[in-house]
Parts: sequence; structure tokens; C-alpha cells
Amino acid sequence: MVKCKLLTPKADIPASVYVALSALTFALFAAIWSALTYSDLIPPMFLPPPDKVVKDGALLFSEFDLMSDIWASVFRVTVGFLLAAVIAVPLGIMMGSLKVCEALAEPMLSFIRYMPASAFIPLFILWLGIGESEKIAVIFFGTFFPLALMIMDVTKNVAHDLIDTAYTLGVSRWGVFRRIILPASMPGIVDTLRIAFGWAWTYLVVAEIVAAGSGLGFMIMQAQRFLKTGNIIVGIIIIGVIGIMIDIVFKWLYARMFPWMGKGGR
Amino acid sequence: MTEMTQAKVIIDGVSKIFTGKERQVTALAEASFTVAPSEFVTILGPSGCGKSTILKILAGLEEPTSGRVLLDGREITGPGSDRGMVFQTYTLFPWLSVRENIEFGLDVAGKSKQERKDVSDHYIEKIGLKGFETFFPRDLSGGMKQRVAIARALANDPEVLLMDEPFGALDAQTRTVMQELLLTVWDESHKTILFVTHDVDEAVFLGDTIYVMTARPGRIKAKIAVDLPNQRTFDLKLTDNFMCIKKEVMGLIREEAWKAANTNT
Repeated sequence: MVKCKLLTPKADIPASVYVALSALTFALFAAIWSALTYSDLIPPMFLPPPDKVVKDGALLFSEFDLMSDIWASVFRVTVGFLLAAVIAVPLGIMMGSLKVCEALAEPMLSFIRYMPASAFIPLFILWLGIGESEKIAVIFFGTFFPLALMIMDVTKNVAHDLIDTAYTLGVSRWGVFRRIILPASMPGIVDTLRIAFGWAWTYLVVAEIVAAGSGLGFMIMQAQRFLKTGNIIVGIIIIGVIGIMIDIVFKWLYARMFPWMGKGGR
Repeated sequence: MTEMTQAKVIIDGVSKIFTGKERQVTALAEASFTVAPSEFVTILGPSGCGKSTILKILAGLEEPTSGRVLLDGREITGPGSDRGMVFQTYTLFPWLSVRENIEFGLDVAGKSKQERKDVSDHYIEKIGLKGFETFFPRDLSGGMKQRVAIARALANDPEVLLMDEPFGALDAQTRTVMQELLLTVWDESHKTILFVTHDVDEAVFLGDTIYVMTARPGRIKAKIAVDLPNQRTFDLKLTDNFMCIKKEVMGLIREEAWKAANTNT
């Protein structure tokens, strides 16, 4: 009967089984990669074997100053993301609570959201040159519009009964923002920021592939030019690792900030 | 005329028409009644009869389409802390602890920390939640949540307490306990209460006066003075006197419930 439980819809499984299954997927991935490469089924020029990638990674850190590329990228993502968040969060809250603000901004934002950020790169280069501000602009552009719209949705979902209750307890209209809408939507906002940071990473590579002199995206482009496939893979993996680290930080922050939401959040 | 001057709450020919995309719905049609100071009024009616709408208009959360609502002789124009409300849905602020929820209105009013603590201590004791002060709403049962919601409304010392099926989501046993608890709390403050319910037992057990409403469009169908002792405990529900009133009310409401069941909403 215990075995059956593993396949019962929505039933919980022991934590140890969960971890083991997750590890299994990674192991399986490594096994397939090894099988395909060590057997020479795929030539190393297209996909180098795992140990070659590890060696390339070590070489990149020791000889080619990969750390400075990482810092350059982290800097751009962080600045672009923060700029987007600083404007999108208040704007989203206003759009979600006041119909006037929604009418003013929502249709425009929805329209621009469908314009690909990468298509704006030539324009940004024309306006801002090929320095840091251009890279940051791409990340900002890719993140800001969907972020503002998602924050709006989060704010709209604040239960109307809570607002009514606040009114009957003597809260003014302005007070409703501060005392109800803000605290009620805060968990959703932090969660949305976590997801938006992921988008920011995606746009980083888009920004760095064109006209960059440093950064992970630049390193990946260089590697492709010189057929250093291992380096490409190292770059991709590093982006993934940093991404998941930031994800973990956000989830930790979420649990610390909102103890009232319960363990693990939503 | 004396009734008019003494009344705490006057509902004067209040109608409410909701205009939808395809049709208009008359939720309330010329409802009129008065509530005396310290009176416990229960409003009983089938679902969709507009009984909750009366409370929302009193709370200032909805505007009447026509008619007037007065509190202490002044017309109600918007929400205010002089009219506390307890909703059927759980409306505790989930990010605040039990104590912070109870102190919410006092905090809004800018009361000092000591003053807030004195009031919340009193109500936490009164609703039997000592030891739960720091709990968040998600860790409370449904009955506990509604007890805190009642305490939160009373802590603000409102002129009138509006209760919109506050025990509707609770199981039958918890509901009985809550009814007694409400009467105990009420006994102390003797606030004017308007309590909306669709449960006949509840309406008779709690009310000094019962207003029975018709199916939509909601009108006041009957006013019943509940001639039962002021000190009420659950065993009262088994007495002949109680049964007699209950029978009368059930007769009135049954007709309306049928009507309501046969109109699509």
C-alpha cells in the first residue's frame, strides 16, 4: 500500500524520497550527457564531455578572469532590475487600486509589453551608445512592463471584504492603501519580484550578445567565435547557478518577511 | 413621535436597486423600521432578500437608491467607526496577530499603547482567547476567528454593531457556543445590535425583536417581539415558550423561502 501512495494524486511523499528523486533527475542528466559524449556519438566540438567542461571552467576562472565577467553581468542585471522595480511596484499598486490609474497606464503598458526588448537594441544603441546604460536599458525594458502589470494583478486580488472591514473600523481612503492594500499585497509583490529577476537574467544575455566588451553574455559570444563549446556551456551553467541562488535568497526573504503566510509560502 | 426621537437607528423607506448589464434587480423595496438604543434586532429572511444590503447601507458601504438611514438622528453618508461590522467571511487581517487585530481600530484612532493594551486585554479575556494573543489568523479555528472579529468591532466602542451572518460559516455546535458568547459580551456593553441571519433558531435565541423579510424584492413582512427572559442560555431553546415563537416565525419564513427558491437569482 505504501508504494501506491507515491502515485496518489496530490498525496504527500516523505522528504527523503523527494530529495532522492530530484537528485535522480540530475544524475540521469549527467549520465545521458556522459553516454553521448564519451561514446563519441556527439563530437566534442558540438558537445564536450563533462570533465572537459569542468576543466574549461577552471581555466576560465584562473586564466581569463571569469570573475570580472560575472561581476559585470550581476551589476547590470541588478541595476536594471532595481530601476524597473522601483518604478513598477508603486505604479502597479496604483493601477491595481485606482481605476483612474489603470485607465491611464494599463492599455499603454500592455501594448508596449508585446514589443520585444531585443528589437529595441538598435534604438538604444543609437540613443545611449554601447556603454553600460544601453545594457541596463535593455534589461529595464524587458522587465518593467510585465512586472508593472503583474503587480497590478496582485493588488487587484486584495479581498474587498478586508477593505470594507477597514472602513468600518475608521480607516480613511488614504489609510486603506497603507494599512490594507500594501500589507495584503506585499507577499505577492515579493514573489513577483522573484520571478521578474529571472526575466532580468534572460534579457542580460540578449543585451550582452550585442556590442558588449565584458560580461557572461559577451564571454559566451567570444567562445562561440573561437569554437570553445566548453566555455559556452560553463557560461550557461553559471547563469543558471546564480539564478537559482537568487531564487533561494528571495524564498528565504519571503519566509522571513511573512511569517503569517505559513511555512513555504504559497 | 416619541419613537422617532428615541430611536437609535431609523431606516426610512429605503430601497436599493442594483443595475446590471441586462436587468435591474430590486434588492430592497421601501424597507422601514426603527431600532431602540440597546435593542438586539435580528433580521431574518430567505437568501437574496436584501437583508445584508440593509447592513451595508447602514455601514455606509452602499448608498440607498432612495430613502434615508439615520443614526442618532443624523443621516448616514459614509462609513465610520461609530458603526462596527462583523462579516460572514473571515475578515481578520492575516498579517496582524490576534492582539493587533483587536487593537486595529484603536490604532487608527491614534490611541496610546497602554490604552490599546488595556482594551485588548479585556476583550481577549472576554472571548476566551488568553494565550492566543500572538497567534496569526491562519492558526485559529473558524469560531476563534469570528470571536476575534467581534472583539475587534467592539474594541472600537461603536454606537451600533452590525452583524452579517457572522456564524453562517461555522458548524452547528460552534454556532451555539458563539451565540451564548455573543450574549455574554452583549450583556456587558448593551450595544445596539442589528444581526442578520437565515437561521430561525438563531434569530429567536438572540433577538429582542425579529424582523422577517419577504423574498426579493425585500420588504419587512413582520415584526415579532421576542418575549423571552433577558438572561438566555442554550437550554432556553428547548422550552415551550421558545418553540412557540419559533413556530410562528417558521410559518412566516417558510412561505418566503418557497418564493425565493422558485425565483432564479
